[in-house]
Amino acid sequence: MLTYFLCLILFCVGLYAVLRKRNIIKMIIGIVICEYAINLFLILFGYRMNGRSPLYSPNQEITSMVDPLPQALAMTAIVISLATTALLVGIALRIYEKYGTFDITKINKLKG
Amino acid sequence: MQFIPLLIILPLGAAFFISLAGKNKDTVCDIFSTVITFSLFALSLFFIFTAKTYPGTLVYKVGGGGLPGGIVLVLDGLSIFMLTIINFIAFIINIFSINYMNRFSAKYKFYTLFMLMVGGMNGVVITGDIFNLFVFYEVASIASYALVAFGTEKEELEASLKYTIIGVVGSLCILLAIAFLYAYTSSLNMADISLSLAQNNLNSVVIFISVLFIAGFGIKSAIVPFHAWLPDAHPAAPAPISAMLSGIFIKSLGIYTLCRIFYNVFGMSSGLSHLFMFLGALSIIAGGLLALGQSDIKRLLGYSSISQVGYIILGLGIGSPLAITGALFHLFNHSVFKSLLFLNAGAIEYATGTRNLEQLGGLRTKMPVTSASSLTAAMSISGIPPFAGFFSKLLIIAACIKSGYIGYGILAIIGAIFTISYLLKFQKYTFFGQLKEMNKNIREVPIFMKFSMVTLSLICIFGALAIMPKAAGYFLKPAQESLTRTIKYADLTTQVLYEK
Repeated sequence: MLTYFLCLILFCVGLYAVLRKRNIIKMIIGIVICEYAINLFLILFGYRMNGRSPLYSPNQEITSMVDPLPQALAMTAIVISLATTALLVGIALRIYEKYGTFDITKINKLKG
Repeated sequence: MQFIPLLIILPLGAAFFISLAGKNKDTVCDIFSTVITFSLFALSLFFIFTAKTYPGTLVYKVGGGGLPGGIVLVLDGLSIFMLTIINFIAFIINIFSINYMNRFSAKYKFYTLFMLMVGGMNGVVITGDIFNLFVFYEVASIASYALVAFGTEKEELEASLKYTIIGVVGSLCILLAIAFLYAYTSSLNMADISLSLAQNNLNSVVIFISVLFIAGFGIKSAIVPFHAWLPDAHPAAPAPISAMLSGIFIKSLGIYTLCRIFYNVFGMSSGLSHLFMFLGALSIIAGGLLALGQSDIKRLLGYSSISQVGYIILGLGIGSPLAITGALFHLFNHSVFKSLLFLNAGAIEYATGTRNLEQLGGLRTKMPVTSASSLTAAMSISGIPPFAGFFSKLLIIAACIKSGYIGYGILAIIGAIFTISYLLKFQKYTFFGQLKEMNKNIREVPIFMKFSMVTLSLICIFGALAIMPKAAGYFLKPAQESLTRTIKYADLTTQVLYEK
């Protein structure tokens, strides 16, 4: 139970960084922390106590095995988050070229 | 059935091919992408007629895998309805961008991202696996984040950053919801999840998952509390992409997914339907009020999209067959006329170089095709009787009153009055009045842009025929039935999955 709670705290740390930080790079780091928290959660609920790795082999009886599907989901989620992070960093670099700052309070050409 | 994966393979393969071989070969890219989008449209028309003769849903097992781990592609009435709209609008917008995108360098990059977006949207609509839905959702979203920043000027980058950060937080909500859903039901197949949820009572886990899904998909469909990205992202994107975003993107990624999850997987409850109606009415009024005060054409149309999406959500919330038919018909109409209005805005920007209403005026004589097509779209969206938009709004308002929600019906009528007023403002400041000195030398836009605008305006005029009983049997009725018969989707899909 404690591990799930720590996972929630990790998610909230990331969300805090996205909502409260004014530097774009810190916001991106916040998003990455959120993604890690969700990946951790995916791995956690697939885990069985004293489970072995999910590999089938002939003439062997399998008693306790961790759930392999959440691991596959976490892999896919990592790939997607890589694409998002790369795009965000690219946009942030272009913004720095145009505005000369990473501070979102100074990037305010749009009314919103 | 064996043709179903082509809907995803063709656009993704085209994106790969164009990005590798398309550099400095603009004409080849134009022809190739037009052929691909046209064949996608033909394929979705083919599925309309196949599904008519084939009882139940069309199911394709990717790699031959069944339950529980295998991915399936499912085509039912709603999917085919959405597919036809997506691929038709994408084809028209592709023709428009042949001329329009000459303003930008690196046209092949535009087509690559465009194809990725179409592939992602087709994938979202036809998949029967909830994690696969998330993957295609992200493919389409990431392509759209990049396309909003396509101009790489100050405004575009700022709008794209804002949109990306809001969108990523939304997709984190969806991923978390999928993780909870898998932990709770130990399945990822939507039909299977719906069967196992039907055996349990409503409890706090299901409510928590619903809230996460509403937040995640609500951001993409731009319902009012989640709408902040839309009025910035639409003006910043190039005109064909604004038309894509407003015409089909917010519908396939936002409204379709909301429908599928809440009607077919969770099952509609009365609390949920009141929430939908409230959010819909809020969107109608807030979007309409905010649109009135805008002076940028695309920004005005962006707020108008929020308002019109409110009608669809209101109709879905009421949930009677009449209301759902109205909502789906309004979805179809909105994707046609809002794409057309955004293409008109693009044509005006192409000819005059500005989108500011105060610098325009009197374009009616100089740009007759743009002016006439824009007038049909404006009449259709504001609900003038012979046009298609009138019938869809009438159905939604009549369903409100018939189900006893008089207050929401009145709000919807007030929203329709707002719609007429901001579109009159757009028409008056752009096409009527005195021609400005700086606009004396403008010319009508090139042939392909004219072609796509005229095609869409013809559909605005004759679209009302889709509600006729005979035509509705092919197009609207199957979509409406797949939503109203909640258990049908799950039953038909699992029936095909378990048979060997």
